[in-house]
Amino acid sequence: MARYLKGIHVPHRKNTANKPAVRMDAPQTVTIPMAMHIGKPATLAVKVGDLVKVGTKIGEANGAVSANVYASVSGKVNKIEDCLLSNGATAPAVVIESDGAMSVDETLAAPTVTDRQSLVDALKESGIVGLGGAGFPTHVKFDVDPARIDYLIINGAECEPYVTSDTVTMLTRGDDMAYAIETIARCLGIGKVIIGIENNKKEAIAAMRAMAASVSVCDVQVTSLPSVYPQGGEKVLVYHATGRVIPMGKLPIDAGCVVINCTTLATIGAYLRTGMPLVEKCVTVDGGAVAQPQNVIAPIGTSIEALFAFCGGLKEQPTKILYGGPMMGITVPNADAPVLKNTNAVLALTEKEAKLPKTTACIRCGACVNNCPFGLAPAAISRAYDSRNADELVELAVDACMECGCCSYVCPANRPLVQKNKLSKQFLKEKRVKEANKQ
Amino acid sequence: MSSLTKLMISPHIHCGRSTGGIMRDVLIALLPATLAGTLIFGLRALLVVLVCVAACVLFELLFNLITKQAQTVGDLSAAVTGLLLALNLPVNIPIWQCVVGSLFAIVVVKCLFGGIGNNLVNPAITARVFMLVAFGSLAIPAFPVDAVASATPLAAEQMPSLMTLFLGNYGGAIGETSTLALLIGGIYLLVRRVITWHIPVVFIGTVFVFSFFMEGFDAVRALSMVMAGGLVIGAFFMATDYVTSPATPWGKVLFALGAGLFTCLIRYFGNYPEGVSFAILFMNILTPYIGRWTRRKVFGTGGDK
Ligand code: SF4
Ligand code: SF4
Repeated sequence: MARYLKGIHVPHRKNTANKPAVRMDAPQTVTIPMAMHIGKPATLAVKVGDLVKVGTKIGEANGAVSANVYASVSGKVNKIEDCLLSNGATAPAVVIESDGAMSVDETLAAPTVTDRQSLVDALKESGIVGLGGAGFPTHVKFDVDPARIDYLIINGAECEPYVTSDTVTMLTRGDDMAYAIETIARCLGIGKVIIGIENNKKEAIAAMRAMAASVSVCDVQVTSLPSVYPQGGEKVLVYHATGRVIPMGKLPIDAGCVVINCTTLATIGAYLRTGMPLVEKCVTVDGGAVAQPQNVIAPIGTSIEALFAFCGGLKEQPTKILYGGPMMGITVPNADAPVLKNTNAVLALTEKEAKLPKTTACIRCGACVNNCPFGLAPAAISRAYDSRNADELVELAVDACMECGCCSYVCPANRPLVQKNKLSKQFLKEKRVKEANKQ
Repeated sequence: MSSLTKLMISPHIHCGRSTGGIMRDVLIALLPATLAGTLIFGLRALLVVLVCVAACVLFELLFNLITKQAQTVGDLSAAVTGLLLALNLPVNIPIWQCVVGSLFAIVVVKCLFGGIGNNLVNPAITARVFMLVAFGSLAIPAFPVDAVASATPLAAEQMPSLMTLFLGNYGGAIGETSTLALLIGGIYLLVRRVITWHIPVVFIGTVFVFSFFMEGFDAVRALSMVMAGGLVIGAFFMATDYVTSPATPWGKVLFALGAGLFTCLIRYFGNYPEGVSFAILFMNILTPYIGRWTRRKVFGTGGDK
C-alpha cells in the first residue's frame, strides 16, 4: 500500500491565513443551543431571568456522551427557545442578553489534574468537544485504558479551502498547546505525540517545531503531510502519521491512537491553566460575499449575522452560507443561527464560487473511483443504492466512506455521490436494525 | 438577510469539469486527423464527416424529442460519435450508408440502451463493424491520392514506407492513416487529462511486441504494423471511451492487453485484414467483468497493512 493515500487538488483561497485573529466585542445577544455535540442535548441549568457571567454553567451534560454548556457573555437569560439545527432537529437554546461587561464568573478556578481520572473529570467539566469535526465530547477519547494509547496525534491539517482558524491557533497558541500536551502525556503516560500539518503551511510547522522543543515530558514530533485534500480525516491522518490502518467501522483508539484537533488542544490547555471552559471560538469568516474576511474570536452563540456585521457586512448576496469548509461543511439553516462549539468557519459563498454544473448521466469516466482516498467505487455504490441492493453495498464497503467529497468534486456529471453514499450507509444501518429486531 | 441559503449536501464547490467539456476536448483532439484526412483524401472526406456528425446529432435530438426525454445533444457526445464514425470510413462510402451507420450508432447502440453512459459497446465502433458486415463498406478500397491503390495496406503486398505511414498519405479510412495527426490529438487528450496513458500505450505496445515476433524480429515491419490501419485511432480514441472501458489503471492495462492480443490474432490468423474494431468491441463486452476483477481495495477492509 502506498505511503500516502490519494487526494485531490482543491483551490486554497486561504485569504485569512496571514491576518491575526480579531476578538469581537460582546454581541447584544447570544443564542446557545444545548446540542452542540454528538449525543444527548445537555439539560437546562438556568431559567428565564437568571443572571449569568462568562463561564456560568447553563447546561448540564446528560449521559456519558454529552457535554456541559456555558454562558459566553455576562447578562440576563432572556428566553429559552427552540433552535433549528443543521441536521433538521431542534433543541432548546438559551438566549442571553449581554450587559456588555463580559464579567467573568468568580467561581471559576483551574482544575487540579494529577492522574487520568482527574483529567477525564476536568475535561468532562470543561464542556470541550472536538472542535474541528462532529463535536465528539473530548473526555470520552481519554476515558480508555492508557495502555491502549501508543500515540497522541494532533490534527493540524487544515485542508479545506478558505478555513485558516486552526492555522492561526497553531501560530499564536503554542503555549496553551504545550501545556495541554504535557498534562495529558503525564496523566496518561503517553510517550509519543505527533503533530500532522500539510507541507505548505511552513510557518505553522516552524511554530509547532518550536513548541515541540519546549515539551520535555514526552517526544513530540511534527510530521509534514502532502498538501492535497483530504489530510484532516482521522483515518487519513493516522495512516499518514503512523502508517497504521484504522479498520472500517473502528475508531483511532483501535489502532492505538487518540486524535485531537489542534484548536481543541489549545482550548484544553487554556482550561487546565485558568479554568475557563469552552465559551469562545476562533472562526474563519470568509467567502466572496464577505466584505472583510478575517478570523474572528467570537463568543459561542453569536449570530452569524452579527459575525458578518463585524466583518464589514456582506457586499453581495450569498447563494450559500456554510458552517465549515466548502468540501464537508453544512449549510446554515438561517442567518440568525449561532456560532457553535464546533464551528471553525462561516463562509458566505457567492453564486460564482458555489457554482455546480448540471447533474447529468454518469459517463463512467472513473474519476470518482480514481480520486477516492479510500479506493471506493462511488459510481457503483450509487447504482447499487438505486436498486436497493444491500449485498452489493456491503460488497462495495460503502461504510468505509468518510464523506470527504472528493468523488463529487471531480465528477464531470456532477452526480450526487456523497449524498448517495450517506443514504446507502443509512439504508444499511436501518436494514441491520430491522434484522436485529426480527431475531 | 433572509433565509436565503439552500440546504444542500456537501461538497459545495466543484472542479468545473463537465461531460460537455470533456467531449469538446475529444472533438478538438480529432481536428488534426480530420484535417489530415481532408488533405489526403480530398473534400469529399469533409463531406462524409459533416454528414455523419450532423446525422448523429440529429438522430439523438429526434430520439429525445420522440421519447420525451431531456435533451442531451448539448453534451456533444453524439457529435464525437459522428466524427469518430466518419474518420473510420473510407472516403468513397455512399452518403446514404453514412446516414444508416449514424442511425445505427446513435439509436440502436446508444439511445435504446438508455443513452450516454449506458451503452454496452462503443457506438462508433459497433456501427463501423455493422457497416462492414452489412454493406461490405470497408472492403471497398479507398482511392488514395497518390499512394498504394489497393485496399488498406495491411492487405497489400507491399507496405508503404514508414514515413508515408507516419504522415498518412496512403489508402485507408479517412482519419486512421495519419499517425502524426492522431498522435498530436492523443497527446492533447493526455495533457488535458481526458485519458490516461494506460490504454494507448499498452494497446499499441502489445501490438508492436506481437508483430515484432511475427515479422521475424523486424522492427521496421513491426512499426509498420503499428502505424498502418486503425490501431492508433483505435488505441487513443475508441478504446479509451469511458463508458466501455474499465475505470481503474489495472483494469485499463488488462483491457488494452486483451485488445492488443485480439487485434494481432485477427490480423495474422483471421479472415479480415484489420482487427482493431473487432478487438475493441470484444473487450467492450468483457469490460464489466474486468471492472469487477480489478476493483480497488477499500482502505480499512483488511490486507492493506
Ligand atoms: S465521476 Fe461521475 S461520471 Fe465519472 S464514473 Fe464517477 S459518477 Fe460516473
Ligand atoms: S466515496 Fe466517500 S471517501 Fe471516497 S471520495 Fe467519495 S466521499 Fe470521499
